[in-house]
Amino acid sequence: MVVYRDQPSLPAPASQTSIAGWLRKNLFSSVTNSVVTLALLYFLVPQIWHAIEWGLLKSDWFGDNRSQCVSGGACWVFITNRLNLFIYGFYPSSAYWRVNWVYVLTAVQVVALLYPKTPHKTILSVIFFVVYPFVVFFLLHGGAFGLPVVETNKWGGLMLTLLLGIVGTIAALPLGIVLALGRRSEMPIIRALSVVFIEFWRAVPLITVLFMASVMLPLFLSGQVNMDKLLRAMIGIILFESAYVAEVIRGGLQAIPKGQYEAAKALGLNYWKSMGLIIMPQALKLTIPSLVNTFIELFKDTSLVTIIGLFDLLSVAKAGLSDPAWLGFSTEAYTFVALVFWVFCFGMSRYSMYLEKLLHTGHKR
Amino acid sequence: MPAENSKKSNNAVATRWIYDPKVRGILFQVLAVACVAWMLFYFVSNAMHNMESRGIATGFSFLQHRASFGIVQTLISYSEDDTYGRAFVIGLLNTLLVSGIGIILATVLGFLIGIARLSNNWLLSRAAAVYIEIFRNIPLLLQIFFWYFCVLRALPGPRQSIDIANAFFLNVRGLYIPAPIAEPGFGIVAIAFVIAIVGVFFLSQWAKKRKNLTGQPFPVFFSSLGLLVGLPLVVFLIAGMPLHWELPALKGFNFRGGLTVIPELFSMVVALTIFTAASIAEIVRSGIMAVSKGQVEASHALGLKNGLTLRFVVIPQAMRVIIPPLTSQYLNLIKNSSLATAVGYPDLVSVFMGSTLNQTGQAVEIIAMTMAVYLTISIVTSVLMNIYNAKKALVER
Repeated sequence: MVVYRDQPSLPAPASQTSIAGWLRKNLFSSVTNSVVTLALLYFLVPQIWHAIEWGLLKSDWFGDNRSQCVSGGACWVFITNRLNLFIYGFYPSSAYWRVNWVYVLTAVQVVALLYPKTPHKTILSVIFFVVYPFVVFFLLHGGAFGLPVVETNKWGGLMLTLLLGIVGTIAALPLGIVLALGRRSEMPIIRALSVVFIEFWRAVPLITVLFMASVMLPLFLSGQVNMDKLLRAMIGIILFESAYVAEVIRGGLQAIPKGQYEAAKALGLNYWKSMGLIIMPQALKLTIPSLVNTFIELFKDTSLVTIIGLFDLLSVAKAGLSDPAWLGFSTEAYTFVALVFWVFCFGMSRYSMYLEKLLHTGHKR
Repeated sequence: MPAENSKKSNNAVATRWIYDPKVRGILFQVLAVACVAWMLFYFVSNAMHNMESRGIATGFSFLQHRASFGIVQTLISYSEDDTYGRAFVIGLLNTLLVSGIGIILATVLGFLIGIARLSNNWLLSRAAAVYIEIFRNIPLLLQIFFWYFCVLRALPGPRQSIDIANAFFLNVRGLYIPAPIAEPGFGIVAIAFVIAIVGVFFLSQWAKKRKNLTGQPFPVFFSSLGLLVGLPLVVFLIAGMPLHWELPALKGFNFRGGLTVIPELFSMVVALTIFTAASIAEIVRSGIMAVSKGQVEASHALGLKNGLTLRFVVIPQAMRVIIPPLTSQYLNLIKNSSLATAVGYPDLVSVFMGSTLNQTGQAVEIIAMTMAVYLTISIVTSVLMNIYNAKKALVER
């Protein structure tokens, strides 16, 4: 008699699951693949090792002057020594606490707004878009509540970079919404004006816009209006950015099915109510990831204010290099600034991907 | 009470009038036009007043005045005695040069990296991803500074140049490459090349017709390549090779002869290429991924091999998704070339909005001209790409 007995199930073949299996599947699946892998390893490993050795293993971190840099690698002393300049610009050190408060407020607001499960988001965003700008202005500029005035030419570094980016976004959003609605309006003249405005700003480089703001704007205003250099740059950035925001939102508006417009009409809602209550919330929700991407682009582009002489993060690095006590540390300076920008931009792009996944569930079955 | 009645109906007429969407539309538009007109009037009158009080000249006559500043790199002859108008043209040509080279190189690199990103080789696809994430998330201006101030400034002097095949030399003063020098008789080769181009055009027309009629494929690509290279080459050999390369050589303290790529141009091209290629790579990847897997499977089921599937099924469909965003990347690259002013490469912005504006002070005219140039370039590029796009777009019935 033959007795069938259950055999314990065998483990998956080693060639599929082990490290060797993974290597074979992903790195050496064919002759070409093996050659590519080996060639890449040959070229990349020494480079990466060199970078680690330069930046971490053989680097110097703290000290007062360049003579402390003896290890032969990166001289981060240059950065740590000027860290305050990078963070606050020329802001008077006795008033650093004001900038710190702005940093904290901004961080709390942004995190609260970006986290999907925060309660009372509507109130929060109203605060962010209406109250927060005034608080920040009075904190940074002073002139009220007994705070001494700090002129805008002392603002700089990371603070200025973030300020330009955030102000650009906050102010460009409503303007962009209006322009997008104008572009899709049924009134021919309004539509034409919006199209011309949007296409004009999108066709010219930001740097010419900044030049225009710094050179031409004073000519256009009457003598009594004396506009601050930073304010002029901000106006340029906002106008430029609003055109991009408008195009993103137009895409969102186009993605809303016609039935939604018709349903809003059937309910007897007028234009503004149907836009404000039905269409715009859906369009904005659809476009959040693209808006975040536009913001990333803007954030990178704020570095261009270096060229018209504002003292942003990149300018701080550049100015440091012309200091005779610190000649020849351009690689360290630019690497550091690149790292700061990279952390912000990469973080935001990951967030936008995460949002895309989160919002996508609505269309999944 | 008739009086009250008529008042009521008058009210109703008044309210009806204000709620009529047509009337409202007209009202809004009139208001908008009035606002814009008032703003323009305000700006123009202020500008006139301000310029008069500051003694700034108006009009475009300054274009005929002597420029009296030098330019490091010129594609056509230029000296300090030439006019601002000629300086404008020089700047424009330099902008076109740097964007043209940038577009070609960024497209090639971007496609390579986009395809590498989809490779089934884990290391290759990771390396491509790291490349994309690093260079996309760092401001372009910073990258330009990095290449210009960190990499190129760190190169050795002319005497210790990095030497590639004794023909290419890289040093702190730029990249020196061999220059082609045409001898008399080279014109025939050029004519042969033009004939080859015309020939390729007719050949592809004929091959398309034949394929539509008989279904027989004709190796258009290789025969065109043969024609384009072969015909001029044969003529070139028959004419007695009327071309020689002038190699750069170290004479005294610097290299003489050959073509010089100045460090400013070099760093601009490198930075623009590397930065834009990262975005193009993502566009290429998403374009290829947008082609549904079923298409590839269907094509395999029909018996097409991998290469043919790629050529006839995947790439034509991916191109439809790729071209529109690629167009905006090209436009971005052209606009970004204006950052050249930051390292002193004499592009339009640096020559015209920089030096010329500083000397003449005619801000309005100069900024308007510069912006008009970029507007024109943008419009022409997008029209051309839209035509191409319309040709390639899916025809739905």
